[in-house]
Amino acid sequence: MLIATMFDYDFMRTAFAAGTIAAIVAGSVGYFLVMRNLVFAGHALSHVGFAGATGAVLIGISPFWGLLGLTVAAGIVMGLLGEDLRGRDIAVGVALSLSLALGVLFLHLYTSYATQATSLLFGNVLGVSQDALGYLVGLAVVTLVSLSLISRPLLFATLDPELAEAKGVSLRLVSVLFLVVVAIAVAEAVQVVGILLVFALMVGPAATAFRITAKLRLGMALSVVLAVTETWLGIALAYVTDWPPSFWITLLSSVIYGLTFCRPSIRGITMIRRSALAVCALWRPETNRTGTPAPSS
Amino acid sequence: MIAVDIKNLTLARGERTILLDVTASIREGEFVGVFGPNGSGKTTLLQAILGLVHPTTGEIRVFDRRPVDGNATTGYLPQKRSLVAQLRVCGWDFVASAFNGHRWGLPTLGADGRKEVARVLEIVEATELADRPLSQLSGGELQRLLLAQALLGEPKLLLLDEPLISLDPHYQQAVVRLIKRIQQVYKMTVLFTAHQLNPLLGSMDRVLYLVNGRAAIGAVDDVMNAQVLSQLYDMPIDVLRVKGRIVVLSALGEVDGDAHRHDV
Repeated sequence: MLIATMFDYDFMRTAFAAGTIAAIVAGSVGYFLVMRNLVFAGHALSHVGFAGATGAVLIGISPFWGLLGLTVAAGIVMGLLGEDLRGRDIAVGVALSLSLALGVLFLHLYTSYATQATSLLFGNVLGVSQDALGYLVGLAVVTLVSLSLISRPLLFATLDPELAEAKGVSLRLVSVLFLVVVAIAVAEAVQVVGILLVFALMVGPAATAFRITAKLRLGMALSVVLAVTETWLGIALAYVTDWPPSFWITLLSSVIYGLTFCRPSIRGITMIRRSALAVCALWRPETNRTGTPAPSS
Repeated sequence: MIAVDIKNLTLARGERTILLDVTASIREGEFVGVFGPNGSGKTTLLQAILGLVHPTTGEIRVFDRRPVDGNATTGYLPQKRSLVAQLRVCGWDFVASAFNGHRWGLPTLGADGRKEVARVLEIVEATELADRPLSQLSGGELQRLLLAQALLGEPKLLLLDEPLISLDPHYQQAVVRLIKRIQQVYKMTVLFTAHQLNPLLGSMDRVLYLVNGRAAIGAVDDVMNAQVLSQLYDMPIDVLRVKGRIVVLSALGEVDGDAHRHDV
């Protein structure tokens, strides 16, 4: 069986490790992102990261640090805007497109980096190096510890800002700290699904969890479990089909979110069966068995 | 004992003076209705008592202390509720988030916290709302949960900012009765702002009426009369009593009515 050989490869083991770490971070941070209604801001942060990553390559440092540096800086700015950030979709959208444009310029100036651009935009979890895995683990620890430290006032400030302010919570400080955590989480998720598909890990599982339960603890756990499961299945499906993991993870994330709108019915189950068969028909094992996905750096 | 002592208080928001040289004291255990047209400073006054807005001149003392941020003896029900009503978060978690919510760390409650949340839910008769998402609750149900949050930690003073807004008249009565009962059982001092006076008649001990930066405080009959209100509004005001209700009329029409309601 093809799946059995999956863990024989170093790059596959690294991919699963990196994917798991990023999914845990994205699932937990994303839960608060969805609750705070800051989904679009999170999306924009990842695009700002594109300019950071390509700019870093241009001046000769690792794109990962460029990405992280600029998302964190943008997170602080957004946090300082505080409550005004909601309903500022236009300003956020303008910053988002400007960042992508800058990214394009930097890529143009540094001509030989097309593969790098693709893996930034769409993720390349199969190409994560051992070094990068180390950074991912370190940053994941920083993110989760920070999130734990701020989670109590963050929850209060999110659910009842007026009362929280009256009880001495600094809404602005909480907002800045949270968006810094989001920025780091985005930098992690980008390694797996890329800038354009960050939604799949940060928003899909959290939004699904909110549709399933209104209990916070359960919802948070569900968001993390969904993110990790979707990532694992996505990487495994990528191994089997040779299609990009980002595609599979995003597909799973979207389909599972979509399913929460359906009531279980015989027609629905038949439809899922048919689409599953259609997907299987697209994939012909004999054409792909030789082509194990190679790590492209 | 005096619960809230306001002396020669002037409050401003930016350039605009909201209250000018207001003096009033509220005794412990009193239920005071705070009224006045839009922009007369009802919310600003409550925020000053909370220590969120600082006096330009004059002084406020709450149980003989200066108001400070995060005052535990004061329960607060804010008027503006940003996005509460759209959240798919259950009632229990919503109320629990306010339990020591200002501290850093994980939002764990502990046995004491769980007991306290259960206690306040029971007081406002909202135990059955604990499992339901906020997005599915009616305005009145949501109001009871906000009241539960205000009651956390057994405050001695309760500041309620427009708890009746956007509730239908039948439910308004139920909310007033509930608050009155809580006030009596727990011997709390209540400041209750509202646009309409009538739902509070019979429940409140005194009226604090704010107009044009000035204030009048006293028993209902001592404030809600033509003489006092004409002076406050600086124009001729008539006060009519119809079947136990009070209607305030100016030359321009009804002063204390729906025309002034703002559902924000």
